[in-house]
Amino acid sequence: MSGALVLADGTVLTGERIGARGTAVGEVVFTTAMTGYQEILTDPSYAGQIITMTAPHIGNYGVNDADDQAGAPACRGLIVRALSRRASNHRAEGELDDYLERHDIVALTGLDTRRLTRHLRTAGAMAGAIGSDRDVRVLRELAAAHGGMSGRDLATEVTCDGSTRVPAAGRPRAHVVAYDLGMKRDIVSQLSARGMEVTVVPAGTPAAAVLAERPDGVFLSNGPGDPEPVHATIAAVRDLLGRVPVFGICLGHQILGLALGARTYKLPFGHHGGNHPVRRLSDGRVEITSQNHGFAVDLWTLTREDPPVPPVGEMPGPRLLPTAAVGRFGRIRPTHQNLNDGTLEGLACDDVAAFSVQYHPEAAPGPNDALGLFDEFVSAVT
Amino acid sequence: MPRRTDIDSILVIGSGPIIIGQACEFDYSGTQAVKVLRADGFRVVLVNSNPATIMTDPELADATYIEPITPEAVALIIARERPDALLPTLGGQTALNVTMALAESGVFDEYGVELIGAGVDAIEAAEDRGRFKEIMGSIGIACARSHYVTSIEAALGAVSDVGYPAMVRPSYILGGGGTGLAHDEAQLRSIVAAGLDTSPIGEVLIEESVMGWKEFELEVMRDRADNAVVICSIENLDPMGVHTGDSITVAPAMTLSDREYQEMRDEAIACLRAVGVETGGSNVQFAVDPATGRRIVVEMNPRVSRSSALASKATGFPIAKIAAKLAVGYTLDEIPNDITGATPSSFEPALDYVVVKIPRFDFAKFPALDPVLGTSMQSVGEAMAIGRTFPEALQKGLRSLETGRCGLVADPSAEATTGTLTELLARLAIPSPERIFSAADALQMGASVDEVAAVTGYDPWFVDQMLEIVEVAAEVATSREDPTWLRTAKRYGFSDAQIAHLWEIGADEVTALRSAAGVMRTYKTVDTCAAEFEAATPYFYGTFEDENEAPVAGDRTVIVLGSGPNRIGQGIEFDYCCVHATLELAQAGYEPVMVNCNPETVSTDYDTSSRLYFEPLTPEDVLDVVAQEQPVAVIVQLGGQTPLSLSVPLEAAGVPIAGTTPEAIALAEDRERFAALCDELAVPQPASGTARNPHEAEQVAMGIGFPVLIRPSFVLGGRGMRIVDNVDELRDYVGSLYARTHGEMDLANEPLLIDRFLESAIEVDVDAICDGSEVYIGGVMEHVEQAGIHSGDSACVIPPPTLDPAVVKEIEELTIRLAHGLEVCGLLNIQFAVKDGEVWVIEANPRASRTVPFVSKATGVPLARIATRVMMGDSIAELRAAGLLPTTPPALAGRTAIKEAVLPWKRFPAEDRVLGPEMRATGEVMGIAPTVGAAYAKALRAAGHVVPTSGTVFISLNDADKPEGIRLAHRLADLGYRILATHGTAGHLARNGLDVTHVDKVGEGPWDPVRLIEDGRIDLVINTPSGTRARGDGSSIRQAATRHNVPCITTVRGGRLLAESLRAGGGLDTVASLQSHHARASD
Ligand SMILES: Nc1ncnc2c1ncn2[C@@H]1O[C@H](COP(=O)(O)OP(=O)(O)O)[C@@H](O)[C@H]1O
Ligand SMILES: Nc1ncnc2c1ncn2[C@@H]1O[C@H](COP(=O)(O)OP(=O)(O)O)[C@@H](O)[C@H]1O
Ligand SMILES: [Mg+2]
Ligand SMILES: [Mg+2]
Repeated sequence: MSGALVLADGTVLTGERIGARGTAVGEVVFTTAMTGYQEILTDPSYAGQIITMTAPHIGNYGVNDADDQAGAPACRGLIVRALSRRASNHRAEGELDDYLERHDIVALTGLDTRRLTRHLRTAGAMAGAIGSDRDVRVLRELAAAHGGMSGRDLATEVTCDGSTRVPAAGRPRAHVVAYDLGMKRDIVSQLSARGMEVTVVPAGTPAAAVLAERPDGVFLSNGPGDPEPVHATIAAVRDLLGRVPVFGICLGHQILGLALGARTYKLPFGHHGGNHPVRRLSDGRVEITSQNHGFAVDLWTLTREDPPVPPVGEMPGPRLLPTAAVGRFGRIRPTHQNLNDGTLEGLACDDVAAFSVQYHPEAAPGPNDALGLFDEFVSAVT
Repeated sequence: MPRRTDIDSILVIGSGPIIIGQACEFDYSGTQAVKVLRADGFRVVLVNSNPATIMTDPELADATYIEPITPEAVALIIARERPDALLPTLGGQTALNVTMALAESGVFDEYGVELIGAGVDAIEAAEDRGRFKEIMGSIGIACARSHYVTSIEAALGAVSDVGYPAMVRPSYILGGGGTGLAHDEAQLRSIVAAGLDTSPIGEVLIEESVMGWKEFELEVMRDRADNAVVICSIENLDPMGVHTGDSITVAPAMTLSDREYQEMRDEAIACLRAVGVETGGSNVQFAVDPATGRRIVVEMNPRVSRSSALASKATGFPIAKIAAKLAVGYTLDEIPNDITGATPSSFEPALDYVVVKIPRFDFAKFPALDPVLGTSMQSVGEAMAIGRTFPEALQKGLRSLETGRCGLVADPSAEATTGTLTELLARLAIPSPERIFSAADALQMGASVDEVAAVTGYDPWFVDQMLEIVEVAAEVATSREDPTWLRTAKRYGFSDAQIAHLWEIGADEVTALRSAAGVMRTYKTVDTCAAEFEAATPYFYGTFEDENEAPVAGDRTVIVLGSGPNRIGQGIEFDYCCVHATLELAQAGYEPVMVNCNPETVSTDYDTSSRLYFEPLTPEDVLDVVAQEQPVAVIVQLGGQTPLSLSVPLEAAGVPIAGTTPEAIALAEDRERFAALCDELAVPQPASGTARNPHEAEQVAMGIGFPVLIRPSFVLGGRGMRIVDNVDELRDYVGSLYARTHGEMDLANEPLLIDRFLESAIEVDVDAICDGSEVYIGGVMEHVEQAGIHSGDSACVIPPPTLDPAVVKEIEELTIRLAHGLEVCGLLNIQFAVKDGEVWVIEANPRASRTVPFVSKATGVPLARIATRVMMGDSIAELRAAGLLPTTPPALAGRTAIKEAVLPWKRFPAEDRVLGPEMRATGEVMGIAPTVGAAYAKALRAAGHVVPTSGTVFISLNDADKPEGIRLAHRLADLGYRILATHGTAGHLARNGLDVTHVDKVGEGPWDPVRLIEDGRIDLVINTPSGTRARGDGSSIRQAATRHNVPCITTVRGGRLLAESLRAGGGLDTVASLQSHHARASD
């Protein structure tokens, strides 16, 4: 059955329909990850988005329960070049197509995904709608009517309903409260594997409720969309800073940045993939990281300087980040930088115990290079 | 960390001649590295014995030594050049092994040479299989259960633990040399014996077999700040048990979940760290049990490799170039990614396409071999294809191979499958070059994916993708001329020829239907980043999508067609010529565009031309590139037979061909028409005739007089050629041809060509350039072996050592006459035979030849570049005036240059090493020195022959060679050789005053020559086979010599030159750089 993707700017691409029937509308983004489609589909950070996989063959090794990052996918749709009809892997428990249908994910295959990627790269991430190619007019209207990601508090939509406690694997060494802003399961596993008892709480949990748990540390999870409207969490973090060590990942990093008084901004087409080089500024080491975000923290907003203009046709250098900034809780140091575009990938506070990274040290999917950050958090809370 | 400033000069070691397992990928890697090191201000000294490489071009390194890559020669070069550092990781196993030998002998300490890239400890840790396993164990990485042993007895002990079948793996080897799977004690004994011999340190591993597991490779890079990245993952379609070099491989890996892939990645990086590869690239191989996911590491190569070249071409990430920069101190994040220009090299390429590499085999040239694949590599080349999906890339790859197939299925040239499905499935269990096609046949006959996967060991995912191809073919077949199926078929990689076959119409009709339906090829960019960043790379592949990324054509574009996968007879020499053409075109202000599908080569480096199209060299694919690029000319005469045979369809489509016209090319190729032209030009040719049936063949042969040389016209490249002495042999031969073609030989349309065979004639090769009015003679080369031995298998010498100047003059005159007669514009190669002072023409090829690089290196005149200028309209006179050509023909200033062929006998011990009119050499080396003897001595050493200056020689001569053989025997006796011979030869030599020891015939007594060879009591074998009866004793003696590394000479002329070389000692006192030779010559 033929299907189509219609973008907000009117561009139409055609393919074959797979997954669930019906139409879906959302922000169309692309990820360059070559493995890990199931982790990507179930990463709540993709809430509200239609994911384009640049890797052509998707579904090759099937799906299984262990790789799910959440109970169900939060994304709106999936676009691939070639869906595999037959999975082959000893870990496979089912086919991707069935999985999409079961989870009501509308999807397309056979599309010129490279053309789509190039378009999004140059025109920026934009809304789109997928469905039957007979409904192009409807799809066009849906795409045009979509409000975009900015200003929407998606984290509150995907957070858990109430708090739960995950025991530490082995002897408990510390107790942390984790704000679930759309948290991936592997994050909890990484914390628990390091002897942390984790109390997972909803996005809107006030600081007082968290402190009542007497945690050794607070973790701010990844999550979807724009951090700015996630007011409740930002406010809670402000109350927690200085009282308990804080560690944030991805959206959690942005929330921390906002709590410290910095601003965030939308990247043209985001970072989604498993191959982003990130330099640890303390020693120059480069980690290959897993990334999935559309917004970033601007530390220049906490300095008196004007941000430098990024060089064209040259590798971005360290001068694209300020050496330090001063926010609500004192001095802030950039700790990590993306080597592709020079954007901020991590920060640490000198005067309160708080640090965060924009990327995903828990991998799943992606390289495990940065797992050590969880150990750093453990040392901070034990 | 920036570039090191404490080193100024670096010695780079190349990999020597092209052999099976070590091919032109090392020219690609070495060339990249030398270029980048020099650009960074280092003085680069290079040693490589292979003249056909780009890396040995005199402009590339500061000092280029075309000398044997032996510890002795390299030590001399180090003493002379005093390099600060040595980079051992670019020249394959050869460079690593020489480096280890030099380290052991203390040369590096003596001269203060630092190893960069990988140190001795790291090389040892990776290459010594025993130590490697220990290290892996210590960091918790699993390997197959194994024991390493240094004797057969110990091997028998080890097998009681690992059980049969047991895998035998020698240390420090390449291309799976000496490896094998032993199913019982007898096999174990023979494989271990050979393995101990193959390993330079006499060590083999006896290992649990993991036959049938999935095989993967990761290409890893590490810098001195300990940053590590994986550039590419490669999955083998053929499971463990088929060498990765002989497997169809796919990038990126297709059947690993992210968790499994990341674990493998972590282990690969941990492996590099533990082994201690400080900087550069390494290849780590894994095996995975498909049933459980259990993973073991198979081996790691601490250097660039065939796989790293493939990975570079597959991703656009230039591993060798980056490895060289890392070796001199840079870190990955300091080096920009060429392709984006604005992002660093410390990243992992993201692919949005699928790459398939398919090996190419030449089993037809080695009739004694079973075309069965195993752990020891046998392929001679490879093709790579890029498609958006696996089915597309697979079908493109199969038609890139140039074995006559258009794709996986629906192939007009495919033989009909025979037998039942059960029989077919049984055949599928045996890995062979044909297996992929048989698997498709089985699917077509209704076998299930699981059945095919179970017998082949292919992962079911791949089999299911193949089934999709089969299903599309079936749909297309039932939807005749329905354009809606065209797009689907094209996206599954079907060529127009396949669709035409299904629709029973012409391929051109399919093309027409396609353009009417708007199903046009689009080009996508290989950009390392899946389009995430803007890329400036001019590297494209064709596919069928919505968007075309190739730029709008310019008006000074010239397309150079490459030579496709390497094969015996068409190898690196042609790639060298194509690369030279692109360099010259760029210099002349054109935009060179390369079309080729060989991942090993310099020509498919995206840096080489203005734009690279990685595409199959078929009319359909090439015509589409032409349509895209709108070239002012297409160069077809530099890439060997492949582009030459495209000239006709190209011309028919109105494409402008540079230089010699397709019509003239066809005239030279058609032996009947060429004979007529020779008559007309009064150029003597051996009497010849054409036979259109067996009876006629006898008549023609008798008319000409025996012996005759017969060749079928339906196969090219000397295939099926035979020298025939009498009518009986003639009948046998024709019978065997019928058998080989399954009775389908059609002599009426493809007649037999019969020539008078010139016995004991001297063969001469000439390379020349003609501009239409003037002819430049590039070089006249005298062959060492007599006519009848293929020019590619014969050593050749420049200037001619024994030819009379009058004969040389005559050869030059005939060359000029033929050049004009054929209306050559560009290069021309002619082979002559000189017999009793008379000169005969054997064949003329109006194209670049195998000897162009050798002649260019010997004389300092870059023939392919000059020819490119000529094809683009410059005259020889103009080029001379511009100083690009010497005013007088180049003299070698008292030097002699010799090219020696390198043959794959060691790899194929079952094959009789007799030379004949079929070419079987895989590569070549060059020796250059003041005397013929010294030059040959070096060429022999470079080719791997170690002939002691005295010892015991076994001589066995055929009757024709006996008179000449006496002089040879005297020379050897004078050198102090003790002579052994069997009855006939012994009597003859004794009667002529030689002191000869009689030995028995093979198998007839205690002094059995085969036994003597096995016992190490013979140092040299001279055995000249008699005609076609080269079987029996001679053959078992020659095979014994091959097995035991005893040099074996099969021609008297070769023997004579050998004696001369022995008089010259090793020739190493003449070690000198190419630049110094050329400077002398132009003084
Ligand atoms: N234990 C084993 N069981 C079965 N096959 C093996 C085993 N070890 C290696 N092989 C096969 O032998 C091939 C060659 O072995 P390898 O050690 O990689 O040699 P090389 O160093 O020449 O590449 C591999 O590609 C693999 O297919
Ligand atoms: N008439 C002949 N007499 C003697 N040797 C010949 C003759 N013709 C060909 N040969 C030998 O056979 C070899 C291959 O023949 P050639 O015509 O050059 O075929 P190819 O196209 O394979 O190069 C030559 O290099 C030469 O040694
Ligand atoms: Mg190997
Ligand atoms: Mg020839």
